[in-house]
Amino acid sequence: MDCMATAGPQETITAREAGLISCENCGTLAPMGSPVCARCEAALHSRRPNSAQRVWAWWLAGVICYIPANLYPMLLTNTFGRVSEGTIIGGAIELFEYGAWFVAVVVIVASVFIPVAKFVVIAVLMLGVRYGSTLSAHRRMQLYEITEFIGRWSMIDVFVVAILTALVQLGFIASINPGPAAVAFALSVVFTMLAAQSFDPRLIWDTLEEPQARAQS
Amino acid sequence: MLTRHPIAENLDSLIACRSCDLLLDRVIPPPGKVARCPRCHHVLISNKRNVIDNTLAGAVSTAILMIAAILFPFIALDEAGLHRDASVMDAVGAFAEGWSAPLTIAVAAFIVVIPVTRATALIYALLPLRLGRRPASGAARSFRLAMALKPWSMAEIFIVGVAVALVKVTDLADVSLGPAFWAFSALIVVVVFENSTLCEWTVWRLLDPKRR
Repeated sequence: MDCMATAGPQETITAREAGLISCENCGTLAPMGSPVCARCEAALHSRRPNSAQRVWAWWLAGVICYIPANLYPMLLTNTFGRVSEGTIIGGAIELFEYGAWFVAVVVIVASVFIPVAKFVVIAVLMLGVRYGSTLSAHRRMQLYEITEFIGRWSMIDVFVVAILTALVQLGFIASINPGPAAVAFALSVVFTMLAAQSFDPRLIWDTLEEPQARAQS
Repeated sequence: MLTRHPIAENLDSLIACRSCDLLLDRVIPPPGKVARCPRCHHVLISNKRNVIDNTLAGAVSTAILMIAAILFPFIALDEAGLHRDASVMDAVGAFAEGWSAPLTIAVAAFIVVIPVTRATALIYALLPLRLGRRPASGAARSFRLAMALKPWSMAEIFIVGVAVALVKVTDLADVSLGPAFWAFSALIVVVVFENSTLCEWTVWRLLDPKRR
């Protein structure tokens, strides 16, 4: 099925070791030191500048926002004058009680499992780059790709709140309004997406490179 | 500036893996096949057939479906003689009151503005190529924008959110789905199709000023 590209002139030489920068955007190669890509005009970097600082900054912001997102209510439901507050977990438990277990699982996965897994994976990747890791580079690469792909799906719960708020406005009978957790949760998802995007996957493989080449850039 | 490695003389015959930076001989796979990095297995080039046609088709469909999704009613709710309609714009405006107002802008961006911007940018970058003309000025920037916005375009996530919301509401009241709901559902199919037919590397090669 898949057709592998042949290995380069030498078995494992990276673009950086060859004195080249590969444009992250369009893949064009340029000599080290070129500021801008000749093809797509994007800024060129052999490795994303300050990747570690950016990742940790967004990661921390995401973790901090995730705390109020779970403590405060996501939904304020008003039925016949009685207001009930629903947190993320509370909402999922309610769905379980209705018997809507499939949807409950979707909510739990999107709002709890994915965000927490993302925090852990990003931290594992960053610590692995800094201190080495018992996980193989391949395994870490898979973790990174899954994290990047799946992170945006956490936004489901924010959209659920948006739709319920727009729809359920039946005056005294029933009305639903967003709680503070909706904002905190949306911010947490955005920050974690930015953390994952700031991570440079090439750092995973750089530890396998000659130390001398690493010193060059 | 650092000295160039002797192998770096003919850059057009080489490709570096975007994921692990491994330098490789550039081998364009036969149509329908994929070239992967031998070290990290990241896709280097997926030689899809009709990349431009399919991507343009996806972008034009997105634009049309989005207009339908905004204009037509999305969902309606009936309970005890009370009727409530919600359009996509109502969902966007759900957070408009009070301190959650900035979230309205974000939701509007995620489900309407960014998908439309992406579609427009793709059409602008690719339509001249389809018509056999030179790429428009700014085509590269426009395609770059479309790619950068990709993770932030969340129309398909929105529709899953709607499905979850429907389950929560159905025992509370009668829910009916409007044309906009089906337009949005069709949008997911288009997005999935578009993502599976787009090979960035191929488009960049076609956009390259040196090739023209």
